[in-house]
Amino acid sequence: MGITLPLLILAIPLFMFLLLGIAGVKMSHKLAGWLGCLGMGTTLVLAYTVALTYYFCPEFTAETGERIQTIVFNQTWLAFTQNLVISLGFLLDPISALMLIVITTISFLVHLYSLGYMEGEKGFQRYYAFLSLFSFSMLGLVVATNIFQMYIFWELVGASSYLLIGFYYTKHSAVAASKKAFIVTRFADLGFLIGILVLSYYSQTFDFLKLTTDSQWVLASTQGATFMGASVLTWALVLIFTGGMGKSAMMPLHIWLPDAMEGPTPVSALIHAATMVVAGVFLVARMFPVYLLEESATMIVAVVGAVTAFYAAMVACTQIDIKRVLAFSTISQIAFMMVSLGVASNGNGDVCHHGLGYMASMFHMFTHAMFKALLFLGAGALIHAVHSNDYTAMGGLSRYMPVTRWTFLIGCLAIAGIPPFSGFFSKDEILSAAYAWSPFMGVWMTIVAAMTAFYMFRLYFLIFRWDEPDYGHHTPHDPPLPMMIPLVFLAAVSCVAGFIPFGHFVTWNRMPYDIHLDPWIACSSVAVAICAICLAAYMYRTKNPLPEKMKNAMPVLWDWCHHRFYWDELYMFITHKIIFNGVCRPLAWFDRHIIDGTMDSFAAVTNKLSRVIAPLQSGQVQMYVFVYIIGALLLGGITVLCLI
Amino acid sequence: MELKAIYFLIPSLIMFCCGLFGFITRRNMIAMLISLELMLNAVDMNFVIFNRFLFPGQLEGMFFTLFAIAIAAAETALAIAIIINVFRASHNIDVRTLNEMKF
Repeated sequence: MGITLPLLILAIPLFMFLLLGIAGVKMSHKLAGWLGCLGMGTTLVLAYTVALTYYFCPEFTAETGERIQTIVFNQTWLAFTQNLVISLGFLLDPISALMLIVITTISFLVHLYSLGYMEGEKGFQRYYAFLSLFSFSMLGLVVATNIFQMYIFWELVGASSYLLIGFYYTKHSAVAASKKAFIVTRFADLGFLIGILVLSYYSQTFDFLKLTTDSQWVLASTQGATFMGASVLTWALVLIFTGGMGKSAMMPLHIWLPDAMEGPTPVSALIHAATMVVAGVFLVARMFPVYLLEESATMIVAVVGAVTAFYAAMVACTQIDIKRVLAFSTISQIAFMMVSLGVASNGNGDVCHHGLGYMASMFHMFTHAMFKALLFLGAGALIHAVHSNDYTAMGGLSRYMPVTRWTFLIGCLAIAGIPPFSGFFSKDEILSAAYAWSPFMGVWMTIVAAMTAFYMFRLYFLIFRWDEPDYGHHTPHDPPLPMMIPLVFLAAVSCVAGFIPFGHFVTWNRMPYDIHLDPWIACSSVAVAICAICLAAYMYRTKNPLPEKMKNAMPVLWDWCHHRFYWDELYMFITHKIIFNGVCRPLAWFDRHIIDGTMDSFAAVTNKLSRVIAPLQSGQVQMYVFVYIIGALLLGGITVLCLI
Repeated sequence: MELKAIYFLIPSLIMFCCGLFGFITRRNMIAMLISLELMLNAVDMNFVIFNRFLFPGQLEGMFFTLFAIAIAAAETALAIAIIINVFRASHNIDVRTLNEMKF
């Protein structure tokens, strides 16, 4: 494959960012918007060309049927020493090709959707510039050839997420949310960086290909090295996973994602549902062969994922803001992917069930991107129509917004895991992998899947059924065409994506593999999902006092769920009470009084002294000369005296 | 009578001291400039004297003096120009009253 197309995939979004960022203020909204769409559309076509060429061209498949990891180009950027070399390049393999498709598709649809959603907003051009920046960074992240390039783009993604969450920068809550997102993910990235350094210190390389092929041999030097009771490799992998936890909003670093919903809704669809938040999953998938070496690291991934999935599902059942419900559902679904990666090895370093978990995780990443973007864009259409984020302001909308309703329903069915929608297939694979790992994990994840179905249909019924509030003169209506097209397209994809023979494209060892559904698991998961949907329908289909009664029956549980188990308060307590009061204030006092005090007194003494000697400069030239002569004579005299 | 270096050095010293005294005491800037030239000439003379008595047969000191004279001429022109400008600005070239550029 030539170098031009892959390079253009990265260059076009970057160019659009610069163009719209610099010249955007001179453009009309329409021109900027269509330029952004045009740029992203071109990138979309190029990315599809590259990805489909990779999947279907025989030149990228070895004779054994294994797909070859191809480095299209790899430019040395900073060569510090022989081993410490940082390169920038383009790695094409099944998961990066998959991500190219996902990112460009969602990004293009969001560009298109925003034409309608953001119409007339102040800073429209800036919005499109940031979207392009984000697309560039995300594309750079997934095609990274080495872990350091990934880290660079990882941070760029974080920065563009910060910019987009804080897009409404006059709104206090948006500013606070963007800062929170940035700081929490930065904190996690500190762990990531330390992990990178530890890993590369032992392996002497940043390169993914070197790390993942023959990882046993490359990481041989970590043998026997331990730190605080755990092997160094475990530490490195767990620290790298910490970075992934931050970006993918795993507990306990999930607190930023619900607040990130302060950004414009299309941004939530693009960044906080479909692409950026799966970067953590992508990272673990990228390093998967290395994770296989450490049983405890995969165990941690699985356990963190399982706990987060359950927690987020519980919280999602009680939220009022529809975007927050979707945010917690995103956390829960990403946790599904994490669990799936965690259970992909059987704990002895062998890949069980032909790496089913890995494949399922990537499959779910793909389908989830589609249906969650659909749900978010649908939520955007609802918010656009009723000008509120809360379901209390909605109800009975199926009469007014048929297209939104049907597409939203498809999204809900997909996420609930009802065949033949896409979520069923990927979730079922995850459940199979979980059962194969341990029956407990399988049951646990099935319960979470049931909760998913429940809270999504709770949301659905509360929005489209329930009782109509007073809409006044402005009855809500379906969104304009640019917003409609992405909804319909994503709904169509969610209907058919499950039938893609995914195992032929993405597997952990890149060998083709046939997916077969386990009928027992499939039936049980569909059964519980249908039960959950029926329960949701029973409780929320029409206005009735049952939800209120249940809430009053378990006030403590409801309170804890509604307040997200007080995680934010806990963080507030730790940062404000303990860190600010206990550490920062004494340090600030020391800085202000001791360090600044010393410096200030130096300055004061100098000042005083200069006041005293300043009158010597009288402006009388002849006095200067006189003093000079006297001084010269004195010096001369002293010299002479010394010589004698 | 044999000519000794000291015969030349003493007038040169007297010239230098006169120049110095004038430079410190005269208030008129033109007079100060003249005193400055006097000191410069004394120094030039010293060059010539030492060249003649310490390194006879060599010409470095002589040529140095020639250059110094040329530069002194240029410097005088510059100084006069400055003085004229000062005069234009303040109608006054009394150095005691020109003390505005102190701290």
